[in-house]
Amino acid sequence: MHLPTREQAGVLIVSVSGRIDHTASEEFTQALEPLLVCCAREHPPLLLDFSGVDYISSAGLRVLMMASRRAKVQQGVFAIAALQPMVQEVFAISRFNLIVPCHATVDAACKALGA
Amino acid sequence: MNEVIFWGTRGSLPVALTYRDIREKIIGALIAANGKTFKNHAALDQFVDTLPFAISGTFGGNSACVEIVGDGPEHFICDMGSGARPLGQAKMAQFGVANPQTYHIFISHLHWDHLMGFPYFAPMYIPGNRIVVHGCHPKLEESIRQQMQAPNFPVDYAQAGARIEFQLMTPDKPHYIDGLNVTPKLQHHAGDSYGFRFDSLKRTVVYSTDSEHKLDNPGEYESLVKFFAKADLVIFDAMYSLAEAVSVKADWGHSSNVVGVELCLAAAARRLALFHHEPMHDDKQLSRLEAETRRLEQITRGSQRPLDIISAYDGLSISL
Repeated sequence: MHLPTREQAGVLIVSVSGRIDHTASEEFTQALEPLLVCCAREHPPLLLDFSGVDYISSAGLRVLMMASRRAKVQQGVFAIAALQPMVQEVFAISRFNLIVPCHATVDAACKALGA
Repeated sequence: MNEVIFWGTRGSLPVALTYRDIREKIIGALIAANGKTFKNHAALDQFVDTLPFAISGTFGGNSACVEIVGDGPEHFICDMGSGARPLGQAKMAQFGVANPQTYHIFISHLHWDHLMGFPYFAPMYIPGNRIVVHGCHPKLEESIRQQMQAPNFPVDYAQAGARIEFQLMTPDKPHYIDGLNVTPKLQHHAGDSYGFRFDSLKRTVVYSTDSEHKLDNPGEYESLVKFFAKADLVIFDAMYSLAEAVSVKADWGHSSNVVGVELCLAAAARRLALFHHEPMHDDKQLSRLEAETRRLEQITRGSQRPLDIISAYDGLSISL
């Protein structure tokens, strides 16, 4: 899985796209790994731009939970932004919106997280 | 196999409605009536049927006990939670004492909420009845006897009038019992639990409670999909939200509605019954959970055949 990155207002933005289901979750974990290494204290916040994600399954949500947990241990900042309406519903139904910080848009997230 | 009756659907601990809950339901009904008058009882019934379930009914509070009505004369029961008391009363009302029956009871695991109804299951005191307790735990008999020994209970196990037998089952092996093939499967839960797949010639029911699903194990996922394959009904532990199940309540041995929907869709099951309700959840929360699960099924389904979603409640009877 290719995860293009860019920087905006001191935030490292990672574009995620497609379906993150049981089949894709392992690839997603591996693709996130090098980015999570740097999600630590005194490093830029890591923001996943989810505007290109059409669907996420429980396995995909678990990857996000593990990433969020790891960032916390490393004292880094990890968040998600721009969820499509259906993906947002999945977050609400699974209550993941309560455990992973979610922002309405990338700009709003950068404003909240940026230096 | 043509019917499933839920006698107890609550997880962990039986609960009861409080006076506040009842009062809230009455107020909700009166608000909905908005000053209407009703010509007769039928009109009243018709109005009550239009009310949301959280106002007109309740999910109930008895712990796990589910009856599967087989094709033969013998009875099939999953777990002996506190729902076994009303089940036993119903059987006594139907068959009395002069009409001996055989009850096959399948015990998922030995935690108290799944055994506590056994001493209150009236048919066990009736001579002539035969009760066969099936399960995979070597301490099955010991656990059932222990809860009916002083000082735990006033009536000793020896007082049982029925003939009680214990049959240890082998996981993953079908056991043929009065027209049904029953296959147990090991599940993640403290002290182990077992799900049961009931296959008749025409229908399949899966009872899978007190089971945590680890999402990082593809082999386990595939094996559960196989266990649920093409079931007409999957009774599924949906006690927690997915977020709880993988974070603060990880390793507590329970699952979520999200995983239930995904497994049942992958298995091409026909109907999912949310089960083992969290004791903290009131009727409004459980109704909301049911509605959310239906929506999740629409989102997740894609081009697959729709999966019917229900939330089990005490007294619910389902035709297969």
